[in-house]
Amino acid sequence: MALRVSKVPGIGLMKGMWLTLRTLFKRPVTINYPKEKEIPVPRARGVIALDTEACTVCMLCARECPDWCIYIEGHKELQPPSKPGGRPRSRATLDRFDIDYALCMYCGICVEVCPFDALFWSPEYEYSEGSISAMLHDKERLTDWLATVPAPPPLEKN
Amino acid sequence: MTDQHLLAMHHSEVQVSVELETPDVTLNLGPQHPSTHGVLRLIAKVDGEVINEVEPVIGYMHRGYEKLAEVRTYPQIVALVSRIDWVSGYASEVPLMVAVERLMDIVPPDRAQYIRLVLTEMARISSHLVFLSSYPLELGAPTPLMHALRERERILDLIEMVTGGRFHPNFNRVGGVKPAAGAGSNQKKVVQDLPEGFLGQTLAAIQDVVGVCDDMEDLVLGNEIFLERTKGVGIIPVDKALAYGVSGPNLRASGVRFDIRKTDDYLPYDGFDFDIPAGENGDCFDRYWVRLQEIREASKIIRQAVETMPSGDLQAKVPRIIKVPKGEVYVRAENPKGEMGYHVVSEGGRGPYRLKIRSASFSNLSVLPWLLKGQLVPDIIAILGSLDFVLGDVDR
Amino acid sequence: MTALLDNFWVLLALKVLIIAAVVPGVALVFIFAELKISAHMQSRIGPYFAGGRWGWAQPLADGIKFMQKEDLVPEDADRPVFKFAPMVVLMGTLAVFVIVPFSPKLIVRDLDIGVFYALAAGSVTTIGVLMAGWSSANKYSLMGGLRAAAQLIAYELPLVLAVVGVVIQAGTMSMNGIVVAQIEPVFHIGEVAIRLPFLLQGQVIGFAIFMIAALAELNRTPFDMPIAESELVMGYLTEYSGIRFTMFFLAEYAGMFSMSAIAATLFLGGYYLPGVPEGALDVLGPLILMAKVTLLVFIIIWLRWTFPRLREDQLQSLAWRWLIPLALANIAVTAVAKVVL
Repeated sequence: MALRVSKVPGIGLMKGMWLTLRTLFKRPVTINYPKEKEIPVPRARGVIALDTEACTVCMLCARECPDWCIYIEGHKELQPPSKPGGRPRSRATLDRFDIDYALCMYCGICVEVCPFDALFWSPEYEYSEGSISAMLHDKERLTDWLATVPAPPPLEKN
Repeated sequence: MTDQHLLAMHHSEVQVSVELETPDVTLNLGPQHPSTHGVLRLIAKVDGEVINEVEPVIGYMHRGYEKLAEVRTYPQIVALVSRIDWVSGYASEVPLMVAVERLMDIVPPDRAQYIRLVLTEMARISSHLVFLSSYPLELGAPTPLMHALRERERILDLIEMVTGGRFHPNFNRVGGVKPAAGAGSNQKKVVQDLPEGFLGQTLAAIQDVVGVCDDMEDLVLGNEIFLERTKGVGIIPVDKALAYGVSGPNLRASGVRFDIRKTDDYLPYDGFDFDIPAGENGDCFDRYWVRLQEIREASKIIRQAVETMPSGDLQAKVPRIIKVPKGEVYVRAENPKGEMGYHVVSEGGRGPYRLKIRSASFSNLSVLPWLLKGQLVPDIIAILGSLDFVLGDVDR
Repeated sequence: MTALLDNFWVLLALKVLIIAAVVPGVALVFIFAELKISAHMQSRIGPYFAGGRWGWAQPLADGIKFMQKEDLVPEDADRPVFKFAPMVVLMGTLAVFVIVPFSPKLIVRDLDIGVFYALAAGSVTTIGVLMAGWSSANKYSLMGGLRAAAQLIAYELPLVLAVVGVVIQAGTMSMNGIVVAQIEPVFHIGEVAIRLPFLLQGQVIGFAIFMIAALAELNRTPFDMPIAESELVMGYLTEYSGIRFTMFFLAEYAGMFSMSAIAATLFLGGYYLPGVPEGALDVLGPLILMAKVTLLVFIIIWLRWTFPRLREDQLQSLAWRWLIPLALANIAVTAVAKVVL
């Protein structure tokens, strides 16, 4: 734990200058953003994708959301009976599924509580907008994100 | 000299010091100021460059987390508490979960505990690297900032690799860590265990972190100008530190070898070999040095934990809906900024009846009015920065 | 044509125009150099987009941006003083270039007391800084201005004393004369005449003191207390915006240029480089001087991006307790050596 501080005055200044000079000739580590892009890790919480087929309008996500940024509306629809002669089934249909990303705090609780695999995390991050109202993604926009959902990463073996 | 004394003296003996009377200038530092780490406001009464009195005004970033917690469930609160001290978000989650687990009488599996420990130490490294980099900035040297943040980025990438979040991991669950991506039949199979390559990359990253610690010694700690600016500046003696409730690295810089990681058992730290660095004088230099050493110690802990990572479950058996039995508990943890404690009072519901948050920065900051009296204006910034507080942690 | 050039006023206008065009141009190059060098010292890329390759147009873009911005004057400010201050700073900086010899002939005016004039003109900038600090009606600005004034008094002295050594050695105060004195062979090895700049003729301490004092005079790190971004927000610059801020900004870099040019002339041989035939100096002289200036500017930038800043009282103690005694000793040693050798 000895401190590598020199007793000779000026050496400390020289060491610092040597370090900055060395760094001057090294390759920069920053990424030249719009031209090059970092590839986010598969688990990165970038944006939430919605699978409308799987959603049953159970409202669990909207209820568990800590800042209530999910807006869901739905109605019951009668489906043709599965067996001929049977009773027509009633099925919940999604009318509105909006996530307000201006409010969302990216905790992921909605994805976790969804019992029907309708919500997924996508690592996409480029959806900034000029106006705050445009941060409200409707269900079409959320469905578009579905294509960007990556496969889960392989796990460490131990 | 008493009045009688004065009267008894001959007029010629009375010494009168004639000094120009100058009114103090009130200097408002903040809430918008480059060096107040957000929205701290200091009302300083200055005489030239000398400070006669300083009054910190806090509360500009009060978000009412204690009140918010009362109307939320425990899983929701986890997402909130990482925002208290956002520089080390992960570390704030752990003590809350430990408190809930103690109330529910759950013991998390070993692997979950080790993952918590590794990520907590990573949060410590990233928080201390922010301090190591931003403190020279306040003394006017911008380059260490980029050098330290370069390596911090790797630590954050590793945290993101496991948890999906860089600052706000929300990875702790009652009874362990996040077990699966979701509750659905498919997502349930997406286990959130450590991803492949994590352990190897961690070892490589902490090697670089230790390397940048050496760089910081060259660039900052050994620099004569830095020594001039920090040695003997802002000394907190042990008795004052204890009286004001200063904790964490600030307390250890004053020479008290007190570390909650050694005294409490919120995480299995007793199985690891690490030292508690302590300073001698309690000045700004010691506070910098202690944090630099703590990064090295944290790297040691991470290396040991990675090498002995047990296998097993990520979460203990918990009910689907978390209901905490009636009772109350206080759990404290050694967070990067100091002692972070949660006092959970449960009335048996899905959320706490009352959640008292003891945050380190608030207590550390309380020493400021005493500490800044009689200092120079440039030293306000030097001392303020050396306490390493985050306004979110102060105001909550 | 020559008749026209002989006219005093035409020539004057020409010289003023050249300086007013060249100096800010060079300052822009130095601003760009600072942006790039600082970036790479911090593992960053720096400006990249403006102007295409390497972001070379970044300082120009910044300048245009600043000019578009509103020229704000605080309500309580002393308006005339506030508005005049940046001009004083820029004028003080530009005035120094009158005596900088770029080649044996390329000099605006080779004054007999050139060095003296340079130092005097250079310290006018501090008056401008003080004006800015006082007139802004801002406590931070005022403190910055006062710090600048204290710094001027502390550092003007070592700056002048460091130059005295060179003046003794050269036997003249004319800038051109000082360069010519450095062209004079010091001694001969066989047939080869050895010509050395004053730095290698024993003015090492003088050069170091001059550079340290120049840094303090320019308010560059580690002596940037008058600006002290983390303490005083931006010091005397806090209330400035738009074109007036640009003037301060240009003056800072033009000041780096002028101080480096004086240091290069006094200590590094100015436009002369050993080995270059004297006939070619008219053409190569400016390039040689610029190369030396660039080297010194690089060192100034390098220091800025490595060191933290000192405290005002520490700076005063450095100046009064170390630099001034050292400079006096340097003068004594130089004078004795001049007489004895």
